[in-house]
Amino acid sequence: MKRFGAFNIFSLIVGFSFLYIPIILLILFSFNESRLVTVWGGFSTKWYGELLQNQGIKDAAWVTIKVAFVSSTMATILGTIAGLVMTRFGNFKGRTLFSGMIYAPMVMPEVIIGLSTLLMFVALAIDRGIFTVTLAHITFSMCYVAVVVQSRMSSYDDSLTEAALDLGCTPFRTFMLITLPIILPAVVSGWLLSFTLSLDDLVIASFTSGPGSTTLPMKIYSMVRLGVTPEINAVSTILVGVVTLGVIAASLIGRRQKQQILKTQHT
Amino acid sequence: MKLTQTNPNFFKSIFNGRNAVIAIPYIWLLLLFLLPFIYVLKISFAETIYARPPYSPLLIWGDSWLPSIKASFDNYLFLFSDSLYIKAYLSSLKIAFISTILTLIIGYSIAYSVARAPTRWRGILLMLVILPFWTSFLIRVYAWIGILKTEGLLNLALMSIGIIEKPLMIMNTDLAVYIGIIYSYLPFMILPLYANLEKMDMSLLEAAADLGCRPFKAFWTVTIPLSLPGIMAGCFLVFIPVMGEFVIPDLLGGSETLMIGKVLWTEFFYNRDWPVASAVAILLLAILVVPIMLYQRSQEKAIS
Repeated sequence: MKRFGAFNIFSLIVGFSFLYIPIILLILFSFNESRLVTVWGGFSTKWYGELLQNQGIKDAAWVTIKVAFVSSTMATILGTIAGLVMTRFGNFKGRTLFSGMIYAPMVMPEVIIGLSTLLMFVALAIDRGIFTVTLAHITFSMCYVAVVVQSRMSSYDDSLTEAALDLGCTPFRTFMLITLPIILPAVVSGWLLSFTLSLDDLVIASFTSGPGSTTLPMKIYSMVRLGVTPEINAVSTILVGVVTLGVIAASLIGRRQKQQILKTQHT
Repeated sequence: MKLTQTNPNFFKSIFNGRNAVIAIPYIWLLLLFLLPFIYVLKISFAETIYARPPYSPLLIWGDSWLPSIKASFDNYLFLFSDSLYIKAYLSSLKIAFISTILTLIIGYSIAYSVARAPTRWRGILLMLVILPFWTSFLIRVYAWIGILKTEGLLNLALMSIGIIEKPLMIMNTDLAVYIGIIYSYLPFMILPLYANLEKMDMSLLEAAADLGCRPFKAFWTVTIPLSLPGIMAGCFLVFIPVMGEFVIPDLLGGSETLMIGKVLWTEFFYNRDWPVASAVAILLLAILVVPIMLYQRSQEKAIS
């Protein structure tokens, strides 16, 4: 039976062209000599040089990196615990609400999350700034980490934990010495995912940030509203590059994890 | 061994409690995800005033020991009296529905082809799907502005080949919004579909073929029904967030493109009307609560 035919090749070519041509054009025109984004005026890296002169972008990039680093680290810790709770804690009281709070932020429109989080900060008289953006980012990122960890835990061999506990290991040490090393690849890809989610977020950051805590997407958004410029293409290219490296790293980790699973199944 | 036995009671008091472990993420989500909605609900019943914060208090502590409650339904009445809001909700529903269907058709053919590709290609193809999923939303929407605008790359290309004489007006129309939504949300559709189609037992299709079923009929009667969980998950992942989408209608849409996410943004940031923005959010949430719960249930089923 023919499995992979002309239709499949056609839809892959069309599909991937659709997904990639816009990004490739964006990158291409960041190296354009001309200020006009649609007319090719020769190869040049001058827009990258100009980017380095732009203090506003540099400040925003620094804020974004700080927020992304702290929020992804916190989200990874909380999300890993949440993933374990979802898979290894059976039917505790309030489980449905808990899983609802894990899944809902992943599909909830960002304007609702942004508005509601902001209104709470205002009502509690918490000053808006880097701190509030970080709190908001931790909250939605941890849900993604929880789901990644949860799907890894579904193929986790419980007898390992039981053996350690039977031999007198405390639950905490069992987690640190047995469970964590096994699920580490999932935890690391959860961290990478949280990092890029925080790096990309425009809407929630716009609601929850205050003066002096403009993030890079907010800066890019305000530039985009003024028009298409090669500088935006340049900063976008850098971001795409960073994320691409992250995804490749994550997929290499994922491949090692798969091999590890296969190995443990064979022995 | 010595270490673990030094003080078992100490560890027990902290970690014995599986409750303590549950409590850490639970309390975090209660405080930073659930509690904020109570504030939105509260402020949606308040009145706009010129103050900081710009809304009236719900509870007024007068002379008596019980506070008097001052709730007004004006914001909700306002949403129903001004046709702009109703139109925006309906238009969001329409745009979300149509773009979910289109994304499903395109996404299904890609996911199906990736799942049927030779095994050695699958890893790289899947990574090509995931890569844009991780790339900034804003940047991907921005990339389309340069392509779609009147003097943009698409018009230049079509005019230089001679297919069209006058530039197409796509930018700032609903069509541009549909293109942007399908482009941005395609990976969200492909991933759950692929996860489902990849696991499918090919021998079922072979059995159908052996029994004389045509490939097209086998696809409709075997493949599609078996991939229903993937279809559901993908559609929820597209439909729900698109309902409140702001970036795409704002950057690609025109003045006639009405979407409720953009209305909420305008009420909050430009009109500074926090109570009306809250009421808009609460109504949107009311529309989405059933789809969100269905999505949660389908995910829980998939895990167990």
